[in-house]
Amino acid sequence: MSLTTPSPSNQPLTNNLSPVGSPKKVSLTDRTLSQSLDKAYVALLFVASLTILVIVFGLFLQLVISAAPSFKAFGFGFFVKDDWDPGRDIYAARPFILSTLYSSLIALLISVPISIGTAIFLSEICPKWLRTPLSFLVELLAAVPSVVYGLWAIFVMIPLLVTYVETPISNVHWLTKLPLFDMPPNGTDMLAAGLVLAIMVTPYITAVSRDILRAIPRSVREGSYALGSTKWEAINLVVLPFARAGITGGVILGLGRALGETMAVTMVCGNGMGVFRLSLFNQCSTMASVIANDLGDASGVHISALIEIGFVLFIVTMLVNTAARLLIFFTAKDIQGGGKKL
Amino acid sequence: MSIDVKANGNSLSRRPAQIRNRQRWSTFVLELTVVATMIVVGTLLFILGYLLFKGLGSLSIGVFTHGPAPEGSPGGGLRNGIIGTLIMIGLASAIGIPIGILGGIYQIEAHGKFAWTVRFFTDVLNGIPSVVIGVFIFIVVVGPTHRFSALAGGLALGILMVPTIMRTTEEILRLVPNPLREASLGLGASRWRTMFSVILPAAKGGIITGVMLAIARIAGETAPLLYTAFGNTHFSTKLSKSIDALPLNIYNYATSPYPSDNRLALAGAIILISLIFILSLLTRFTTGKQFVDEK
Repeated sequence: MSLTTPSPSNQPLTNNLSPVGSPKKVSLTDRTLSQSLDKAYVALLFVASLTILVIVFGLFLQLVISAAPSFKAFGFGFFVKDDWDPGRDIYAARPFILSTLYSSLIALLISVPISIGTAIFLSEICPKWLRTPLSFLVELLAAVPSVVYGLWAIFVMIPLLVTYVETPISNVHWLTKLPLFDMPPNGTDMLAAGLVLAIMVTPYITAVSRDILRAIPRSVREGSYALGSTKWEAINLVVLPFARAGITGGVILGLGRALGETMAVTMVCGNGMGVFRLSLFNQCSTMASVIANDLGDASGVHISALIEIGFVLFIVTMLVNTAARLLIFFTAKDIQGGGKKL
Repeated sequence: MSIDVKANGNSLSRRPAQIRNRQRWSTFVLELTVVATMIVVGTLLFILGYLLFKGLGSLSIGVFTHGPAPEGSPGGGLRNGIIGTLIMIGLASAIGIPIGILGGIYQIEAHGKFAWTVRFFTDVLNGIPSVVIGVFIFIVVVGPTHRFSALAGGLALGILMVPTIMRTTEEILRLVPNPLREASLGLGASRWRTMFSVILPAAKGGIITGVMLAIARIAGETAPLLYTAFGNTHFSTKLSKSIDALPLNIYNYATSPYPSDNRLALAGAIILISLIFILSLLTRFTTGKQFVDEK
């Protein structure tokens, strides 16, 4: 059928296959050769797919095996104690686990309102001519490598932060009594880590939320306008409830990124190895930053402890990402189903 | 009757005020979303502007032709890092592109539990932080060979490429019109022949897009290289030895106390970002046109 319609992609088809077109020329050996090539082809595809499975399961197994010495030595204390001392070969990761969660939480608190606002603007309000360049800019923000964010943060963000945020706060006496600000400001600290993470996860959350919002049929909004709602009422009462699960998925996806983010955080978090504190001015280390800093020149149980941290990071990000994907998947399904009914 | 009119009059006079308030509230909230967008775009322009302004100023021919200078003294360059990064991108491509493309083809040739499982775990792989992938390579390559190597770095980056390439390949192959495949099979062509002579040529642009996206993703990866490629102050192109990489240079020079080093970090950042932005721009142009004309 499609051969009769002139189309550039049909050209190679007719050229390449013309010998096969006349049955006389196809000998038996050709056919068996072709069949065995087909088998080889399917086998090749299968092997490639199997390789992916082997990588993921190999990764899991290797992490478990290599983390075992550390787990044997420290047991569950690894997760609830505070000492990380390569000198005495004692390792416990609680400060890093808590710092990872805390910095990601700060990042989401800053990023989520801004991301969702941007997504609403891009999908609901933005004039058409501005939409493509703005979306492209947001995608560029996602393409900037982590280490470059770290560099910008060191050279620009931290000096600004110290001058205009941290020093003024630490000069107000009653503020320094709060656990959030009860340390002298450093520049490289939890606040800087959270801010850089916020900048880095914003494009992801924005992109997913925008896609979800744009997938919601136009008729849903029109129905709301017809009932006399204002533009914001249509968005708030009709569009957003449709999109809630999907946007939550996008936020969780952003959380997954933030938890595993390494370089930018390593460069600005201060890399302190002390106990976890709520203070935003605390020089901290996250799970990823400890691995990045120490694994290159560790030995013995130290390596195993770092790998155990990597294993925890692996499990946590896997759970978080799976949850996010399921949410996005089911929202997309819901929207499609709802669209058919309308 | 008169009461009725009065009531009507009342509600009429009240209604515009309500509507006005609702409209005002609507406008206010929508203005907030404009502010949010301005914050995002402003941050981006601030970052890009700073890098362009400072980075271009630190670029010179020497940056491309010189190796690192002795610690703290000016005149060093990023040659070793640039070449190291190119070598490792090549290695990663040699590993990641075939697995990714063949894995993507498998997804449309096979339907079943195994295909679904592979797809699910590719998504899992995509979500694993690069620092953990690096740890994996550290265990299976650096551990047994007792040395950091370019090969280990390339392997780590190669694994990071696979999910992106596989998913884009699969998505673009699904867009190829089915009659094309049916026509080829109907002419008696075998499955592999149909794939390699008909479907893949038709989907070429999209697959190249996937590959470029994957390269853009790994070009700036730093964390997994810290303990696989490790970095090297001497020039090296040997796969079995530790090797320098541009992102590693940026990391080390940005955290160095010497101003000349910081300038090099900025130059490195601008080189890296140009590479990545050119790749993403190219993908914009190749994807936009795919199959739109044919429909």
